[in-house]
Amino acid sequence: MDYDVIIIGCGVIGADCAYELAKYALRVGILEASNDVANGTTKANSAIVHAGYDPLPGTKMARLNVRGSAMMGELCRKLDVPYRNNGSLVVSLSEEDDETLRELYARGAANGVPGLRLLTGDEALALEPNLSPGVRGALLAPSAGIVNPWELCLALAETAVRNGAELHLSAPVTAIGRIENGWMLCTPKGRFTARYVVNAAGTRADQIAGMVGDRSFAIKPTKGEYYLLDKSEGSRVDRVIFQCPSKAGKGVLVTPTVHGNLLVGPDATPTEPENTANTAAGMAFVKASAQRSVPGINFRDNIRNFAGVRANSDHEDFIIEESAVAPGFFHAAGIRSPGLSAAPAIGPEVLDLLRQAGLELNAKAEYTDSRRRIRFHELSEEEKNEMIRKDPRWGRVICRCETVTEGEIVEALHTPIPPVSVNGVKRRVGAGMGRCQGGFCGPRVQEIIARELGLDPTEVLMDWEGTWVLCGETKGGAKA
Amino acid sequence: MTKHELVVIGGGPAGLAAALAAWEQGVRDILILERDKEAGGILNQCIHNGFGLHRFKEELTGPEYAGRFIDLVKQTDIRIRTDTMVLDLTADRILHTVSPQHGYEAIQAGAVILAMGCRERTRGAISIPGARCSGIFTAGAAQRFLNIEGYMVGKRVVILGSGDIGLIMARRMTLEGAKVLACVELMPYSGGLNRNIVQCLHDFDIPLYLSHTVTDIRGRDRLEQVVVSEVDERRNPIPGTEMVFDCDTLLLSVGLLPENELSRQAGIEIDPRTNGPVVWENRETSIPGVFACGNVLHVHDLVDYVSAESESAGAAAAAYLQGIRAEGEEVRLIPGSGVGYTVPQHFHRGVENVEIFFRVRNIYHNAAIRVTDGEKQIARFKREHMAPGEMENVRIPKVLLDRIAGNTLTVEIEEAAQ
Repeated sequence: MDYDVIIIGCGVIGADCAYELAKYALRVGILEASNDVANGTTKANSAIVHAGYDPLPGTKMARLNVRGSAMMGELCRKLDVPYRNNGSLVVSLSEEDDETLRELYARGAANGVPGLRLLTGDEALALEPNLSPGVRGALLAPSAGIVNPWELCLALAETAVRNGAELHLSAPVTAIGRIENGWMLCTPKGRFTARYVVNAAGTRADQIAGMVGDRSFAIKPTKGEYYLLDKSEGSRVDRVIFQCPSKAGKGVLVTPTVHGNLLVGPDATPTEPENTANTAAGMAFVKASAQRSVPGINFRDNIRNFAGVRANSDHEDFIIEESAVAPGFFHAAGIRSPGLSAAPAIGPEVLDLLRQAGLELNAKAEYTDSRRRIRFHELSEEEKNEMIRKDPRWGRVICRCETVTEGEIVEALHTPIPPVSVNGVKRRVGAGMGRCQGGFCGPRVQEIIARELGLDPTEVLMDWEGTWVLCGETKGGAKA
Repeated sequence: MTKHELVVIGGGPAGLAAALAAWEQGVRDILILERDKEAGGILNQCIHNGFGLHRFKEELTGPEYAGRFIDLVKQTDIRIRTDTMVLDLTADRILHTVSPQHGYEAIQAGAVILAMGCRERTRGAISIPGARCSGIFTAGAAQRFLNIEGYMVGKRVVILGSGDIGLIMARRMTLEGAKVLACVELMPYSGGLNRNIVQCLHDFDIPLYLSHTVTDIRGRDRLEQVVVSEVDERRNPIPGTEMVFDCDTLLLSVGLLPENELSRQAGIEIDPRTNGPVVWENRETSIPGVFACGNVLHVHDLVDYVSAESESAGAAAAAYLQGIRAEGEEVRLIPGSGVGYTVPQHFHRGVENVEIFFRVRNIYHNAAIRVTDGEKQIARFKREHMAPGEMENVRIPKVLLDRIAGNTLTVEIEEAAQ
């Protein structure tokens, strides 16, 4: 056997499973279809840590959401992931909404959500002056927060890899066969065998399940579209602002991000697994809906639209279980919202299932449960100078919008999971995330990637396989 | 903290001209801070010609135009510090800078000239629907790849926006062997210079679709198709007018935005019309001793005008450092009918003369620019042709300024009688 456990998929769920498993004396493999981790649902969602009043009491979703949310702060502190416990408000804009707030409050209490409070409209406006003056009341959830989801995934995966887990990128699973005491998984990167398999394949989880003859669930990929606004709009609200789910739909949210931008969205439309295209209708809906709760948003300061595909399923709850038809094959599937919030609790949950199935867990003597990343713009004057003295590249600003230096980019390119694309660098250090969207730094980042990884500039991708940027040299040729 | 008499932020055409003018007026301690590896700014990637017709009465390429100013700077003791980023500017003119050579350094300036230029509007700024594939570039980023790095960004190209950079890139990509299928413009007129429409599109048989826009982007990995639709008078796409172009590249030339993040940090008042600082006739901002010029102040059509404007800002900064203060009651300039903005936004009563720069909001033939003080016409200037792509200016001499009774002066367009 190559591995004790193979995890299929390195989004935040797969990464958390790997992070938990790597604490034990086990051989752990991760097979990721894309050329980078966090490249599906994990990179394109609301980046919210929900408090846990939404899921119905008694569900896995309710239990894991509340637990995950409680774990998030400590986990992010340990692994140096941007997280802010800024709290959330669900606002009421109608009589029907008032009723919903009371229901959510009761549900939250049943789920064990700490600190919930019903506010009057005036109290809500005192906390968030840019809410619609028509706000009638709100549910305050102090335990809610915001997080950088792709950095969370990366940090979990990196820590797992530092502690011995093996990550295989660009390794989509194409077939799975039963072998004695385990499974064989075929990928373009070779065949891998394992005693146990964890299916954390997100929007493709039903296809993976189908490979072992398990048709107990179907993924219903659901697209959500977003606006990401400039930091000039980042303080429009301080907390996550939700609308009440109603007959008209679930409503959209308005929230600051951990980077200081403003995020507005999403809608919900059925789609195919990798369809992240924005639509005029989806964007118009989000824009119009958001203004019901936060009317003053200046959409002229929009810097990017994007869409994410949620891995919803035909089950009401998360599907975290051993396959009924394939012993030793486990699902962590159908991880719909609040999947990101629940993620820190899903790894331990899967670990428990594996233990019950007979996996022996012996804690490693040597285990590094921490991670640090230097963010130049957060350093003090003295620390900045110290870094530049050691390596002048820390004094060369490449991304002017987000103040990212060459030093940070070079460092990211030599981490345990190095980026292989311009967006891979963006996800690690923030270069290109700002208001010019890489217009200025894109070519320079491309050049640094090529230099550090020993690639020809034409080989450097924008993101996943096939997203080429340059097609050759000009007639005059590239500069020497 | 290091101290310098005059610090110029930006070593492009604006910063170079401003520094030179200040030098000529006697300022001897001048430091230019440039974030790129060399001075010259965006001109370095503008390898086409057409620069300097007004200034030098000859056609130069961008690097040549910049080179003339860099050579002049080299004959002075003006220092250019490249690879240097200004992270913060305070209202009391302290600049926080970082560079590989000098590390993190705070600089106290006697006077500051803002010459940071502008950036391109992106796909996000105009929320173009469609796939998130590769192959979508701002025209300027593509220009850098071709002209500085020496790499092609694609083979079959559609260009959205008929701003000058987009037009220039249509020709440049064609000369490099790419097929430019169309240039698509949302407005019923081009935002670029007429000479560029002729020399970059007509001469290469590239169709220009006015009142059209991109309504979908298709492609799983790399761009495969863009959908272009006609728009109505309210600029909404008209269903049924879709044209599909098979292409691998979409270039965006959809407008420029002055880069005023530093100005905002310092608390400088910004004009929402120009997205640049509000300035007096001497290009002084709302913070005394801080001046602005070039594309950070308002987006220019020709670099020649950037140089001229920057020279007056440089001279004004020199005067400021010599203790001379512009004084007099404020007269505000109001952009009236047909006028998008004015620079300056206000001036001091009693100044010698005022040159007002602005852009019109539509195409005009045989129209006039009227400058009025309430009901009273102060001046009227006839123009055969005006277009939003070209900057207009009028000079009001002191003899006319002295006739102003009120505190505002309106600049408006008087359309030709039908």
